[in-house]
Amino acid sequence: MDSHIKHALTAQLLAMADDEILLAHRDSEWTGHAPILEEDIALANLAQDELGHASVWYGLLHELTGEDANQLVFFRDASAYCNIQMVELPNGDWAFTLMRQYLFDVAEMMRLTALMESDYRPLADAAAKVRREELYHVRHSSAWIRRLGLGTEESHRRTQKALNTLWPFALQMFVPLPNEAALVANSILPDSAQLQARWLDVVLPFLHQAGLEVPETLTPIATSRQQHSKYLAPLLQEMQEVARQDPGAEW
Amino acid sequence: MAIQAVTEEKVWHVLDTVKDPEIPVVSVVEMGLIRAVELDDDRVTVTMTPTFSGCPALEVMQREIKTAVSALNIPLPHITINVVLSPPWSTDWITEEARAKLKAFGLSPPPQHGGKLDIIFHDIAPCPRCDGHNTSLKNSFGPTLCRAIYYCHDCQEPFEQFKPL
Repeated sequence: MDSHIKHALTAQLLAMADDEILLAHRDSEWTGHAPILEEDIALANLAQDELGHASVWYGLLHELTGEDANQLVFFRDASAYCNIQMVELPNGDWAFTLMRQYLFDVAEMMRLTALMESDYRPLADAAAKVRREELYHVRHSSAWIRRLGLGTEESHRRTQKALNTLWPFALQMFVPLPNEAALVANSILPDSAQLQARWLDVVLPFLHQAGLEVPETLTPIATSRQQHSKYLAPLLQEMQEVARQDPGAEW
Repeated sequence: MAIQAVTEEKVWHVLDTVKDPEIPVVSVVEMGLIRAVELDDDRVTVTMTPTFSGCPALEVMQREIKTAVSALNIPLPHITINVVLSPPWSTDWITEEARAKLKAFGLSPPPQHGGKLDIIFHDIAPCPRCDGHNTSLKNSFGPTLCRAIYYCHDCQEPFEQFKPL
């Protein structure tokens, strides 16, 4: 593989993996706290799936660079993480958590569907695997958004508020990485602008049917994955605490 | 090297004794998780695939597979397990015998979907106790990644389905 392409692909895989690992962590924070037992179980499952997806992307990265997933996850500081800000945000209320999950799930679905056609075979194979699991996520989070959006006055108000807050954060999912063009030209990755268009085609009518008003803006909260909110450092501190206490521990 | 006395058939046979740790009534072979067994001069290579990518039982299964194969007098360093993601594991690969065992275990077996996973979401899972279809989905997610929770209105009891994947 051409070193320029390899470099670009490495950055892309790291971004995808970092998004999933942090969303997994946030979802896992609901364990023992979800509003009903069934949802406690569901969120734990979602967290475990996202963790699995992260390990798939870190695994592909390992094949390219030899970098170790545990090292990347537990021993990088906030400034080295390449995630979007949306997955850093604290869970907020139930509506906020499910709205974030819904916006993320649909985007991931679009991305995975496109990646199944990637000319980089390991990526296409992994996408086919992950996509089947993601179908369950989309079904679950979209059912909740409909239920909350069309539910009581309070559930509607909270869901609309979550959407208003999250919308510009969600748009960061479609900000291309600096070297994306080379990967798109080589049919390794889908074009981010096209992905965003497909995502809008799904989420706009759906959110409307759920009785929600989508903010007008198409401006993302940030354009670089090096910019983080104040919430990332404390999240990492908790996530990495045990591993850092004994870096050589064998599990 | 003792490995010369080993046949692929014998390896498949011992693999069939390794159970899925989360569903101890079916083997990793019956679940369709073992994709290939290869022998060469001094090495047994088992190719397997995970059910869900985040399946926590994967490492346990790898360890148990190695132990089972080593019972054929093959030293552990001569056993390799390859984990592949492609083609993605499908519940369509679960054998008929295993489906019957899942049902006896109380898990509604996954419907055959031929890759059209999006469509069978509308199917109703039959109750593993009464075989009735008067059931409804309570939760797509259950006690393990591979299970969903249903309710049977006739038995008035919940049951679990092995999720189609």
